[in-house]
Amino acid sequence: MIETRGLRKSFRSRAGRETKTVEAVRGVDLDVPAGEIFGFLGPNGAGKTTTLRMLATLIEPDGGQATIAGADLLKDPGEVRRRIGYVAQGGSTWDESTGREELVLQARMYGIRKTEAQRRAARALEAFQLVEFADRKCKTYSGGQRRRVEIALGIIHEPKIVFLDEPTTGLDPQSRAHMWDEIRRLRADGMTVFITTHYLDEADALCDRIAIMDHGEVVAEGTPADLKREISGDVVQVGLDVTATGEAEKLLDGEEYVNRLELLDEGGLRLFVDEGATAIPRILRRVDAAGLDLRSIELHRPSLDDVFLTKTGRSLRES
Amino acid sequence: MKLARDTWLIFQRQLHLLLRNPVWVFVGVFQPVMYLLLFAPLLKPALGAATQAEAYKIFVPGLLVLLAIFGGLFQGFGLIAELRAGVIERSRVTPVSRLALLLGRSLRDVVSLMTQAVIITLLALLFDLRVFIGDLLLAYLMLALIALMTSAVSYGVALKVKSEDALAPLMNTVAQPVLLLSGILLPLAFAPGWLQGVAKWNPFSWAVDGTRALFNGDIGDDRVWQGLSIIAVLAAAGVYWAARQFARSVR
Ligand SMILES: Nc1ncnc2c1ncn2[C@@H]1O[C@H](COP(=O)(O)OP(=O)(O)OP(=O)(O)O)[C@@H](O)[C@H]1O
Ligand SMILES: [Mg+2]
Repeated sequence: MIETRGLRKSFRSRAGRETKTVEAVRGVDLDVPAGEIFGFLGPNGAGKTTTLRMLATLIEPDGGQATIAGADLLKDPGEVRRRIGYVAQGGSTWDESTGREELVLQARMYGIRKTEAQRRAARALEAFQLVEFADRKCKTYSGGQRRRVEIALGIIHEPKIVFLDEPTTGLDPQSRAHMWDEIRRLRADGMTVFITTHYLDEADALCDRIAIMDHGEVVAEGTPADLKREISGDVVQVGLDVTATGEAEKLLDGEEYVNRLELLDEGGLRLFVDEGATAIPRILRRVDAAGLDLRSIELHRPSLDDVFLTKTGRSLRES
Repeated sequence: MKLARDTWLIFQRQLHLLLRNPVWVFVGVFQPVMYLLLFAPLLKPALGAATQAEAYKIFVPGLLVLLAIFGGLFQGFGLIAELRAGVIERSRVTPVSRLALLLGRSLRDVVSLMTQAVIITLLALLFDLRVFIGDLLLAYLMLALIALMTSAVSYGVALKVKSEDALAPLMNTVAQPVLLLSGILLPLAFAPGWLQGVAKWNPFSWAVDGTRALFNGDIGDDRVWQGLSIIAVLAAAGVYWAARQFARSVR
């Protein structure tokens, strides 16, 4: 559905006398199949928005090429526009218009006739739970209501692909959960959804596949589960009395499923295993058979942050 | 066809938003009336006109051209607000015609200017101004072209500078000499020769002369077709240039 090769963009910015070149995006290759929620995860300034704006025909790439929904980005941007929807990071509604007016106008800008545009606006208002506010000016909306209008604007013409730049930033947990449901519904309707986010949990829970971006480059790509598996496997933490720890270490160190083992200061062990789910029963059996007193057992799965950390040497939480 | 449809769409939207703002409607009507009632009475003695009607024949065309210039030149501010709100970017990802994004807005400005012009003309009729309808319509065409040009240029500049802080001084710098050198408020007939020479290079001076000729009933006067042609060419150039700004990436 989306295929990019070597997409590049740099900006020249002037600071006083000096002109500095910022390489915002340096060679991005992506393959996004139809019907999936694809996530772009990365810290501030990674180049997510710049990539999206190139794909949405808003800025011209310095180099590289892309095919979007079958249309060539460079040769036929007009056709790309007809096939995609785009919701900007910074908002796109006019204070003095109502949500309904914005939706009707948007549909009509895509060449849809007036009555059909009105019908679609009414349907979108319902789908995004906006009926109550439909005829109020946008400036009276809450942040979450406004964001919902903007998403609705992006899909009013039923595009094949919609780009959502940080759709949930600034939403409260409940609105966020709602938004996730809306986005899943778009996928269920057969749309390809391309979102950007810097929330780890969002990338993890919502996206079928993600690309992790840092300093203008994709540093990792895959399903969240694959990416995490690639990293390290799971960690099983076994809580034991300090006195029992030594014996348990001897017991488990030789087990073939344990890759590595660490002692915990407060008593107990940390075991690095490939697959936590199968390792836990075996650990339990060994500990139990030796008559050791088990205080707790916890399974830690590596997070996307661990993935980011291994790929870039920095934590996404800190950056 | 698509251009006409898209232009109509943008025009409707812009006009709708304008009419929804009662402050604007009030100012738009109130301002020209004030000019007419408070400034015009000074004219008869100042211009040495024989009658009040005579003074209006000189002053009203100048006032209308003035309104057309200023009505257009400051429209860019609204566009910068739209730019900031993301409305322009949102329009630019749709297949809507880029020329329509400009024309829809500029035509709204032309229509609001024409409304002002009609109000002023009607009021001036009460004060014994007399002008043939054909001449008047041609004068209105001149005004529409002026407003089209100045608003298009203002939008184009707004898209280039992207900030009110830059747009305001820029437009003022342009407007001031244009105003002083056009003989809008007082005819340049009173000006010394060198000033008249400089004014020859000011297209608005030609526009004012042409409009005055029309109000005077001299439709055959060379200044009429000269003024109209100059302004028409400039309006076309302004629209072309500004539409290209809409097509280029902004923000
Ligand atoms: N118009 C511009 N002019 C100059 N530099 C720019 C411009 N747009 C983006 N940049 C720079 O390009 C880099 C990438 O910016 P971009 O907006 O793509 O990041 P992002 O991943 O979307 O970040 P965020 O999570 O904060 O939205 C940044 O260093 C930014 O300062
Ligand atoms: Mg961004």
